[in-house]
Amino acid sequence: MILARLLEMADYRGRIFLALLAALAVLVPIANLLVPPDSFLHIGTGTVVLLGKYLTYAILALALDLVWGYCGILSLGHGAFFALGGYAMGMYLMRQIGPRGVYGHPILPDFMVFLNFTELPVTWWGFDNFLYAMLMVVLAPGLLAFVFGWLAFRSRVTGVYLSIITQALTFALLLAFFRNDMGFGGNNGLTDFKDILGFNVQAQSTRVVLFLATLLTLAAAYIFARFMVTSSFGKVLIAIRDAESRVRFLGYRVEHYKLAVFVVSAVLAGIAGALYVPQVGIINPSEFSPTNSIEAVVWVAIGGRGTLVGAALGAFVVNVLKSFFTTGSLAAYWLFVLGGLFVLVTIALPKGILGALEKLAAKRGTRS
Amino acid sequence: MEKRTNALLYLDGVNVSFDGFKALRSLTLILAAGDMRAIIGPNGAGKTTMMDVITGKTKPDSGDVLFADGSVDLTRHDEAEIAELGIGRKFQKPTVFESHTLVDNILLALAGRRDPFSALFGTRARISPQRIREVLDKVRLADKAERLAGELSHGQKQWLEIAMLLAQNPKLLLVDEPVAGMTDAETETTAELLREINRDHTVVVVEHDMHFVRALDCRVTCLHEGSVLAEGTIDAVAANERVVEVYLGR
Repeated sequence: MILARLLEMADYRGRIFLALLAALAVLVPIANLLVPPDSFLHIGTGTVVLLGKYLTYAILALALDLVWGYCGILSLGHGAFFALGGYAMGMYLMRQIGPRGVYGHPILPDFMVFLNFTELPVTWWGFDNFLYAMLMVVLAPGLLAFVFGWLAFRSRVTGVYLSIITQALTFALLLAFFRNDMGFGGNNGLTDFKDILGFNVQAQSTRVVLFLATLLTLAAAYIFARFMVTSSFGKVLIAIRDAESRVRFLGYRVEHYKLAVFVVSAVLAGIAGALYVPQVGIINPSEFSPTNSIEAVVWVAIGGRGTLVGAALGAFVVNVLKSFFTTGSLAAYWLFVLGGLFVLVTIALPKGILGALEKLAAKRGTRS
Repeated sequence: MEKRTNALLYLDGVNVSFDGFKALRSLTLILAAGDMRAIIGPNGAGKTTMMDVITGKTKPDSGDVLFADGSVDLTRHDEAEIAELGIGRKFQKPTVFESHTLVDNILLALAGRRDPFSALFGTRARISPQRIREVLDKVRLADKAERLAGELSHGQKQWLEIAMLLAQNPKLLLVDEPVAGMTDAETETTAELLREINRDHTVVVVEHDMHFVRALDCRVTCLHEGSVLAEGTIDAVAANERVVEVYLGR
């Protein structure tokens, strides 16, 4: 009943998108678990993991589209929220290792033993509890976004200045997480995970479940985002994007709206990061790298800004291309391809891939 | 501590300076409820700065800025609060929400709760379409209700913005250069529209176009270098020697 009401909120492109996700949710596990490995229909576990990784990027892109596409806040630091969610999950996975580390310490993760830590830092307390860790996945990026956004939006920092300070934010975190004494594994980050909720993270079935969890989260994130942008709240966001001062002189507190959407978006990005880490098997400070955040913006631009579906599509398409170009002899050219794509899309397809597809479909429609 | 005044809007001895440039010098302006007032003056006379002070965008260095019989000190409130108190402002450049329909533009402007939470969970959505239609009717845009605001002509956007002000149902409307870039016919319609609005609202219009000001048929205040140079009927002000000197440039 409620699900039907929620589905009604999706426009036709949303329905196609959700149908595609549903198809993936059925076909990928079957092709991986039931189809025999020698069949050409078989999907290897490596591919399932890769697809799962793309889907976490799609959630990140969706989050970014909420603030950029709908409210005009160009965040060049969303990778920071993604990475924070990832670290929270990584800390849980580290504590799950227990005494099975190389040094065999009952509580301390290997890197802490190696760095002569004598006891668990306060920041790590409670992370052996899955629910607490999940709470942190939401709270850490959410709180950072709240404090940062409260200061920035209240001082009316907008446009390129805001973009620059979001970039500075993620860069500062990059430097901080590199430090060994921060207690987050320094340069090497967190890795060598063993279990999640008692299941081996390397096992094929766990991989498939993680893939399905990511898929479900993406669908839920889409429906939630769609609910937000189609409500009056979303109308105010678009109004802020188009004419911020008009909204303010109509009596709206622009900073409250910006803060609300920024925090929601950061939390979504954090959840994406938390799903990314167990699938990829590592989280290190390079996830805070400013280029990651910029790449996410490029996905959204290429897919089609302000459409939600386009953002997810862009993340998927660009990363499929990236996987293709960064293996083998083409690796050196990837950044040129990405830059070229960005320029091409900006000039030729101002509404992104999705906009171009819809234009094409409309043309077909009028002809027939 | 507020002064006793029966005026809806009361500005006295207002000074504003930016980096040493005095934008307003002890400006005085008093408006009774139901008034219509045209503000004229050359570029840099302080017209827009005056609007900024009234709407809370700029804080004055000194002086009184009081509203509603002197009961509210406007210098203590920000833009959103002042809008809620009942002061609507139209910008020089038409500022509407281009990717929304006209209906949605009005919907967002209509009086009602404005916090993010109620916007997300729908009290706003329950506003009657009847009320929206009425407002659009008033500015002669009802036939375009479902069009996107971005598709409107320049003049129509100006009207839509005025309609948004009306939807706010303010006590005082500040209208900055409403006929800039309009055709003669549109200018005429706008004057008519503003006179009509003046029946229920107090209106301040900043304008350069003397034909338009004449058509408004109201008291005129001429500003120069941040203070009032002359005030009176359009004929009296236009005949004032100082006004002719600084403004009409003859």
